[in-house]
Amino acid sequence: MTTEPIEAKPKKVRNFALLSNRAGAAFLTPAGLLVSVFVIVPFFWVIFVSFTNRTLLGRTALNPEFVGLANYLSLFDPATFFQRGQFGFSLILTTQFVLASALLGQALLGLLLAWLIQTVPPWVKRITETFVIAAWILPEVVIGFAWFAFLDRDQGTLNMLLEGLGLPPGDFLLQQPFWVIVVFNTWRGAAFSMMLFNSAFSSIPPSYFQAADVAGASSWQKFRDIGLPLIRGHIVTDLILITMWTFNTFTPFLLTNGGPSYRTELVSIYNYRVAFQDFQFGKGAAVGVIMMLINLAFALIYLSIGRKKRR
Amino acid sequence: MASVEFKNVTKSFGEFKAVADVSFDIGDGEFVCLLGPSGCGKTTSLRMLAGLETPTSGKILIGGEEVTHLHPKDRNIAMVFQDYALYPHMNLADNIAYPLKVRGEPVAQRHGRAKEVADVLKIGHLMDRLPSQISGGQQQRTSLARALVYPAKVYLFDEPLSNLDAKLRLEARGFLNHLQRDMGMTAVYVTHDQAEAMALATRIAVMDQGHIVQFASPIEIYRRPATTFVANFVGNPPMNLVEVEGAQVDGKLVLKAEGLTIAGLAMTDAIGKALTASGKLTLGVRPEHLGIAAAGAVNTITAPLFANENMGPESLVTVDRGDSARVTARIFTDDHLDLSKVVTLGFSAEHVHLFDSAGKRIPALGE
Repeated sequence: MTTEPIEAKPKKVRNFALLSNRAGAAFLTPAGLLVSVFVIVPFFWVIFVSFTNRTLLGRTALNPEFVGLANYLSLFDPATFFQRGQFGFSLILTTQFVLASALLGQALLGLLLAWLIQTVPPWVKRITETFVIAAWILPEVVIGFAWFAFLDRDQGTLNMLLEGLGLPPGDFLLQQPFWVIVVFNTWRGAAFSMMLFNSAFSSIPPSYFQAADVAGASSWQKFRDIGLPLIRGHIVTDLILITMWTFNTFTPFLLTNGGPSYRTELVSIYNYRVAFQDFQFGKGAAVGVIMMLINLAFALIYLSIGRKKRR
Repeated sequence: MASVEFKNVTKSFGEFKAVADVSFDIGDGEFVCLLGPSGCGKTTSLRMLAGLETPTSGKILIGGEEVTHLHPKDRNIAMVFQDYALYPHMNLADNIAYPLKVRGEPVAQRHGRAKEVADVLKIGHLMDRLPSQISGGQQQRTSLARALVYPAKVYLFDEPLSNLDAKLRLEARGFLNHLQRDMGMTAVYVTHDQAEAMALATRIAVMDQGHIVQFASPIEIYRRPATTFVANFVGNPPMNLVEVEGAQVDGKLVLKAEGLTIAGLAMTDAIGKALTASGKLTLGVRPEHLGIAAAGAVNTITAPLFANENMGPESLVTVDRGDSARVTARIFTDDHLDLSKVVTLGFSAEHVHLFDSAGKRIPALGE
């Protein structure tokens, strides 16, 4: 009874071809061409442009000059780096935005919601899922406008509700623009985390929790000792994905236009302003390249963790 | 340790009644097996006792206190699950000590207690391993250790041995029997394996379609099965049941069936009552009460040979009476049996069981 050998399962290797190599290549060619024209070429083009002083109008529009690292140096100029409307300010703002709205807001709220709907009756669970998914599948512009209408000072729903309750109205978009976009992005993205954690919790055999119930564990103990450790991998995946998405998000622009006075100018919005409002293509491209590098770092972390999990 | 009481407990899932108006008492220190085929309501009954399901109606009492709507954690019970429910991210020490952890015992103390229990179960040397690094039998004992590590009022077992192979199951069964003798715990044990129930239980509740068909000691269930269902479920191989025509002739009960010769049986009031309802009775004889007899003798069943299986200490001889109505004899011999094409199996009158047309046992003379 003491020892049964623990079997090592042989790895299944799938090795069959649906198509011959030549036919496969033929089918791949159109997609390959499209990808190279619209993704790979612009990718290198942006890198190239970031080393020039290309603009939309004026002398440098037709004959851009090669300026080396000048664009990058101006972005990281220590004299202006932390000033409002400069690259450093927007980078720090974005970091705060990611911490507050993605890591604390979306992930924590999603985790809480996912845990709470594990124990409610099935119909409550279904209704909650439906509402949360609805918030997730609506187009960005629709949601942006809905929130704008909700928060507007004169005709906004929130101020009407506050007045109805006898509370003083506020001009939230002007007074608390940062917290407006944090709440907005949390509301927008909590659904994804909730669904991911929900399916992770559902994949834990119910007998684990029942055994803990019988052993006398409280809901918090079950969450801390069984639920959380068993979905650790899902949490890492979720954190990296929502960090990347929130870092790149542009939707808050619909609410605040990056303002007032650059107070909600995330890097994506800063990039947009430099490239397409100030028309400094060279400098904009440099911002784009830095954002790409940051994303690349996140993606590499994500991939390496994914590979470790599979092993 | 405490007693357990079910009072008119019903559990419905929509239209389907998984457990229908079940009442029973389990005394302090009793080891009761709920035995039945899958879907008979035995697991649902156990889960209601654990608090993992809520009864649709009725009351459940543990130690005289009503617990019908209490949360599992407030019932002070211990349970061993069919899939063991060991936490894959905790080593054996943490798994076994988990019930003590949620009770707020300090690490050193709870690990010490876990080690004590694990040593009794002979897994004490594996405390640093993860559940995935030990064998199935060891996992089973780990889940048992986790249930035994704290003093519970009632111990619940949900088919704990069904995932083990045959040899390990026998060993674990013997160990559970020993443990019960040692601890005198109150236990409710769900199984579909009649041998497990016979070996472990002080009393067995045989369940079928949400009802308890018979609740009695293993010996009683073996000797006097209440219905043909129980007779057919308990015993390995199960009791042979032969449809017979019964009639009263000269103050004796005469039974007729193809290939059957049987001397007239003494009439009783119970037999008379059954006969007035219907002449169709069922004759039951256990395989171990059948032997090879001379052709033409009285109290015999004669039919063509169907199978002759030598099992070592015993042989199973099966004859086919047509339409798959087979009769099996269990003959204790380690010799190979040389049998002709038609075999006569004999029995003595004292081993005859009678059931009426509804399948209910007709009490024998003096029962």
